[in-house]
Amino acid sequence: MTDIPAKASVASTSNGSVLLTLMKARTFIALIAVLIFFSIAAPNFLSAANLILMSKHVALNAFLAMGMTFVIITGGIDLSVGSIVGLCGMVAGYLVLNGIDLQVGYTIYFNVFEIALITLAVGILIGAVNGLLITRLNVAPFIATLGVLYVARGLALLSSDGRTFPNLVGKPDLGTTGFGFLGAGRLLGLPVSIWILVVVAVGAAYLAKYTPLGRHIFAVGGNERAARISGVRVNMVKMFVYMFSGFCAAVVGLIISSELMASHPATGESFELNAIAAAVLGGTSMSGGRGTIGGTIVGAFVIGILSDGLVMMGVSSFWQMVIKGLVIIVAVVVDQAQRRLQSRVTLMQMAKAG
Amino acid sequence: MTAATDHHVLLKLEDVSKVYSGTVAVKRANFEVRKGAVNVLVGENGAGKSTLMKIIAGVEQPTLGRILLEGEEVSFSSSGDAVNRGIGMVFQELNLFGNLSVAENIFATREITNRFRKIDSREQERRAAEFLERLQAGIRPDMLVEDLRIGQQQLVEIAKAVSLDARILIMDEPTSALSAAEVEILFKVIADLKARGVAIVYISHRLEELIRIGDYITVLRDGRITGQERMKNVDTQWIVRQMIGSDAKDFAKPDGHVPGEEIFRAEDICLPRVTGGLAVDHVSLSLRAGEILGIYGLMGAGRSELFDCIMGRHGHATGVIFIAGKKVRERDTTRRIRRGLALIPEDRQREGLVSILSVASNLTLASLSRFVRLFHISGAKEIQAVTQMVRELAIKVAGPAQEVSSLSGGNQQKVVIGKALLTGPKVLLMDEPSRGIDVGAKADVFRTMRKLSRDGLGILFATSDLDEVMALSDRIAVMSNGKLTGMFDRAEATEASLVAASALGHGPVPHMESHAHD
Repeated sequence: MTDIPAKASVASTSNGSVLLTLMKARTFIALIAVLIFFSIAAPNFLSAANLILMSKHVALNAFLAMGMTFVIITGGIDLSVGSIVGLCGMVAGYLVLNGIDLQVGYTIYFNVFEIALITLAVGILIGAVNGLLITRLNVAPFIATLGVLYVARGLALLSSDGRTFPNLVGKPDLGTTGFGFLGAGRLLGLPVSIWILVVVAVGAAYLAKYTPLGRHIFAVGGNERAARISGVRVNMVKMFVYMFSGFCAAVVGLIISSELMASHPATGESFELNAIAAAVLGGTSMSGGRGTIGGTIVGAFVIGILSDGLVMMGVSSFWQMVIKGLVIIVAVVVDQAQRRLQSRVTLMQMAKAG
Repeated sequence: MTAATDHHVLLKLEDVSKVYSGTVAVKRANFEVRKGAVNVLVGENGAGKSTLMKIIAGVEQPTLGRILLEGEEVSFSSSGDAVNRGIGMVFQELNLFGNLSVAENIFATREITNRFRKIDSREQERRAAEFLERLQAGIRPDMLVEDLRIGQQQLVEIAKAVSLDARILIMDEPTSALSAAEVEILFKVIADLKARGVAIVYISHRLEELIRIGDYITVLRDGRITGQERMKNVDTQWIVRQMIGSDAKDFAKPDGHVPGEEIFRAEDICLPRVTGGLAVDHVSLSLRAGEILGIYGLMGAGRSELFDCIMGRHGHATGVIFIAGKKVRERDTTRRIRRGLALIPEDRQREGLVSILSVASNLTLASLSRFVRLFHISGAKEIQAVTQMVRELAIKVAGPAQEVSSLSGGNQQKVVIGKALLTGPKVLLMDEPSRGIDVGAKADVFRTMRKLSRDGLGILFATSDLDEVMALSDRIAVMSNGKLTGMFDRAEATEASLVAASALGHGPVPHMESHAHD
């Protein structure tokens, strides 16, 4: 969406536009830079095993960041994703271990596929609660999702009294085995979670670019009033982005529980901040209307590789936080500089044209 | 320049230009402001009057040129600078804080404080009451600004400017929302200020007002100053000639086609105001296919609100609308667009365009479903429709992917119109379609309106420009205070009758009226 005008201005090359092109590709350049840096500085960094491991880490944040990107493009924010991760993990763990007790002497056990569907539905439902609070009750997105952050986390802790659901292997006679596939399984040599990421990312990028819903997401973020007058169903668009964000969080909850074969109620704390960081690093504008799925994925990779690489180099986790923060700030500063340069280049072109 | 110089020149602009992205608003203007006199500035919409005044008031900085205050070169980096030099301004768009009281607004940024830096509200309200008393507006200083009528808000804005004790007071269309009685009071205040040696810069569209109170007149056209004279040496003809120039306004002549069957009818549309009363008061009207129905009225008369009701933007509005004889039961904008209604809103930036999207995305925003198969937007079909619309409306763009914010005002307006047309409307609602666009684009817009009406569209168009409504409409409706106060055939409409109808319902005594609204 936002790179259409980019092509137009790149076509007419001048000094300004070369710099501009570099600035636009900044997240990609940053990605290559961290890759090169760590492949020199950290031994074994480029080994296949390490790259796959890192991708699995990055995938978790990338899911959340994709959901977050759509929300931010509409001009909102979703602080509840970390808690949804925790709650959905607990839902999955509970269903594997306990099933649903019908209180009449029977207990229903679901197979793993059904458990996954139910968990995703829970995530979407919490997203819908966010959406309803924001569209129907006019609660500011920051406040609505902050409230849901606490509620969902509290429910996750209540579900087990704060304990972990351990050992989610399941029982063959109940048909609840195989939960580990999502986290540990492989298809064609790549982890299942990576495949899911690819599918969701391609779907989300397609949605953003080639569907009316995607176009409407950008329009709502760019100018909500104009979108409304143009007949865009603004409330439906907002409902969708929060439900999609909830869906992404549920996927992450499933994957983490599956990787650990256990559900811990505190899982996902402060994940929302990493997701926002990845989206912003990837060029999503907090004021709405701008952002791409591709950029966000690259942003998630930059953050993920940075932290894993620093761990491999033995940098203290305190310094890691400082470095991560600086990277985010620099990214936003460059983003602002690019905006200014862009408008100057546009003005110059117009002045030349007439 | 033949003006006699018996009034001392207080402020002088020399060769001032102002360029915005996409438009040159003011070109090498020379302008003098004389002490103890009313310096009138006149010109069409978009001629650059407001920009020129914002430069004097420090809101905008000139791209080129010098400002001389009593012979000394000055530059204002903010309106605060200008206020410190004794320059005050009444803005056309109200610059008030709705959430604060009248007194707090009047003393905003120069609050009266006591020894402990605490705001002395009582003193502020007492002093505010003095200023308001002079304006006889019946406004209490402790009322919230958002609870006031728009005309009253304008009076608060004036009180605020007067309270600055400025040497130069700029008034940008101060009467556009005032009733005749309120205008009289304002003129008394102006005469009083003049007697105290204040230099007043007065901008208005209403020629009769200008001739009555002006001492000097300056005419702007397309950002250039085309005439400067003493008011007593000029007449209406002279002003109009300077404003319009040799190339008379191109309104696109009626083509003599006869309107068809009724395409649209509104019955008993009402919209309650938050502060009580009705913003749209039992309005009924009907429109035939191929007819242009002009709706004339002052600012705040309820024209935009009527359009909003028709588009289904207010859930609490009442009344029924019919399209081609069939009742429209849909109450939301999305489905009303599908039924064949389309709105071109008054405020292009805030309601018309998504400025960070491309021209193409803006054009097709309201009609995406036309280009969709299953859920996929067909790029080829979309581009084809965009290219055709760009050609039909003569939109000047480098390419469909150009960002819409980089276009000039006129081309942006054409994009908004194109967006509405792509939905395939039967009835087009145009709210001030010519506001803030250059002469050429205006002519294009008017030609497009003619062509659409020939193609059988019904067009409702709201304007506060008398010439426009007289020249373009087949019939003219007049609104005032939310009510429909007149309906004229073009043949029988006169400027005087329209103006009279547009002032109906603005009670002769402002005090009475404010009671009615309490």
